[in-house]
Amino acid sequence: MNAVLTRHQGLSDRTLAWLFVAPTIILLLAFNIFPLLWTIYLSFTNYRANKPNADVLWTGIANYQRVLGDEAIWDNMRATAHFLVCSITLQLLLGFALALLLNRKFRSHSFWSTAILLPMMLAPAVVGTFWKYFFEPQYGIFNQIVNFFGGHVSTMLGDTQLAPWAIIIVDTWMWTPYVMLLLLAGLRSIPPYLYEAAEIDRASAWTTFWRVTLPMVMPFIILALLFRTIENFKMFDLVDNLTNGGPGSVTELASIHLKREAFEKWRTGYASAFAIILFVSIYGLSLVAVRFLERVKQR
Amino acid sequence: MNTIVANTLTVEAAAPTSAVQTATPVAAVVEAAVPPPRMIERAGPLEPSVRSKWFAGLVVIGYAVISLIPLVWIVMTSLRTPEDAIAYPPKVFAQPSLIGYVNLFTTRSRVGADELAALPPATSWYEQLVREQQMILAGPSRFQDRYLNSLLIGFGSTLLSVVLGTLAAYAFSRFRVPGKSDLLFFILSTRMMPPIAIAIPIYLMFRNVGLNDTHVGLILLYTVVNLSLSVWLLQGFMDEIPREYEEAAMVDGYTRFQAFIKVVLPQAATGIATTAIFCLIFAWNEYAFALLLTSGTAQTSPPFIPTIIGEGGLDWPAMAAGTTLFLLPVLFFTILLRKHLLRGITFGAIRK
Repeated sequence: MNAVLTRHQGLSDRTLAWLFVAPTIILLLAFNIFPLLWTIYLSFTNYRANKPNADVLWTGIANYQRVLGDEAIWDNMRATAHFLVCSITLQLLLGFALALLLNRKFRSHSFWSTAILLPMMLAPAVVGTFWKYFFEPQYGIFNQIVNFFGGHVSTMLGDTQLAPWAIIIVDTWMWTPYVMLLLLAGLRSIPPYLYEAAEIDRASAWTTFWRVTLPMVMPFIILALLFRTIENFKMFDLVDNLTNGGPGSVTELASIHLKREAFEKWRTGYASAFAIILFVSIYGLSLVAVRFLERVKQR
Repeated sequence: MNTIVANTLTVEAAAPTSAVQTATPVAAVVEAAVPPPRMIERAGPLEPSVRSKWFAGLVVIGYAVISLIPLVWIVMTSLRTPEDAIAYPPKVFAQPSLIGYVNLFTTRSRVGADELAALPPATSWYEQLVREQQMILAGPSRFQDRYLNSLLIGFGSTLLSVVLGTLAAYAFSRFRVPGKSDLLFFILSTRMMPPIAIAIPIYLMFRNVGLNDTHVGLILLYTVVNLSLSVWLLQGFMDEIPREYEEAAMVDGYTRFQAFIKVVLPQAATGIATTAIFCLIFAWNEYAFALLLTSGTAQTSPPFIPTIIGEGGLDWPAMAAGTTLFLLPVLFFTILLRKHLLRGITFGAIRK
């Protein structure tokens, strides 16, 4: 077999392998690694992108000190943490519940699961704009529906208490299907003999859930948790259009703050330092996420 | 590291590609050992009861209906007059109107009543609609350009990232590439970075080489962002194609490159199409780079749609019309992709 394979003419496999991989690597180097290195360089300077001809001074770690010592940054981080914890908890609970129900394979379940999946494929920017319309105090339908069920809200987006929940609601609406889809795959990967064994042991439905279903789905839950955390940590499109960080800065998540610093105040050096800090945090998370991806793959 | 690549080719040749494992042998043993005590009353051992299916169906359908209200409402808003769109309380049923779509595609200017009366009669239904609002047509809007930009940039970047991704995925699937798992992680990690953070140096880079607000700039950028998905997804699809096919072709005298083109590519067609749709949807929906790196010539729809304004504020029916036209292709493709969605969102890790 080896003899046969090495006999062929044309480019050697080694050359071909490099030819095939090279364009991808070159593009990634040019558009990811080079910019990253540039950002690292900028983060040690006082460069301002709106004044390209001004002298660039090396400022050492001053930008990092300012970022970490800035009270406003910690407000943003608290807003980001609140958003992450609440939206992801809601999505996991709702998504898991829906996955468990869909797994009962009632009639037309595949049609309805496709219907549920639609929101997650839409452009978050456009979704954000339209939810702004739904949240309008006068003519929006959200208030109407809440009031119909006996609740009372006036201005979701104008209220400093409610605005953080507005972005949580929209994000949950959009991404619960994602969690549902992942966990449904987890449920379907459980070998049926485990349930048969549980039934033979006369385990209650409750015990079966805690001892069979939950442990078997756990890698998928963790994967969903990691992916959603990474995605929501970067959250920009939706919030930029829905609240643009307001009112005040109660919904100013990390990316929104970064945009304001980099492209409105043009504090490029400072924004670069903040960007590098975000990079490092997300890189750590993605390392863990890829490990779980590999783990789930083996099932 | 100096191993001859051809040697490594045969090692994994016969590896099973299906991720599905059948549990039958174990289950059979269990059932044989202990007679099933309570399985008679149901159709199958794991079949949920009829009542629980009804309950599950009702809850799921309830959730689906509620979660689809916003989408239905957007389409309904696109078919209203600007007055009906901001009526208080909101109207569920309103006289349908195409004003939103007409306003989306045109620019108009307001004229006085006597001036309007002096004009010759309207020559088309949409001109008539414009006249009824006490306005005259001034020309086409920028929506067409933005939509075309979205199409051009979407298809351009999809084509590039699928072609490059297919090549790289084939190499990763079939050859021993030094540092393969590190490279693959590096490729995937590029997708997990916040776009705004990358946008700072990209903005400066593009400004220096004159790529700001150009189609080429955005196509290249989206190609790079999509490459990660494209390589990971396609590698999974390539792994599923048995190596014996190419090996047989090579025994018949094909070079490896010929075997790749004539044997592997046709086999990978479904995978390539699936990957292409995912790349297209990403490029179509992308907002942050488009917002920061384009302003006019190359601007795509997502940063444009939120800025559609009419007289005295946002023109909601026109915005809804733009949104509807923008979302429809994605809805169509999502339904087309439904069997492969899971694979796409897990970068090919879960195949189903």
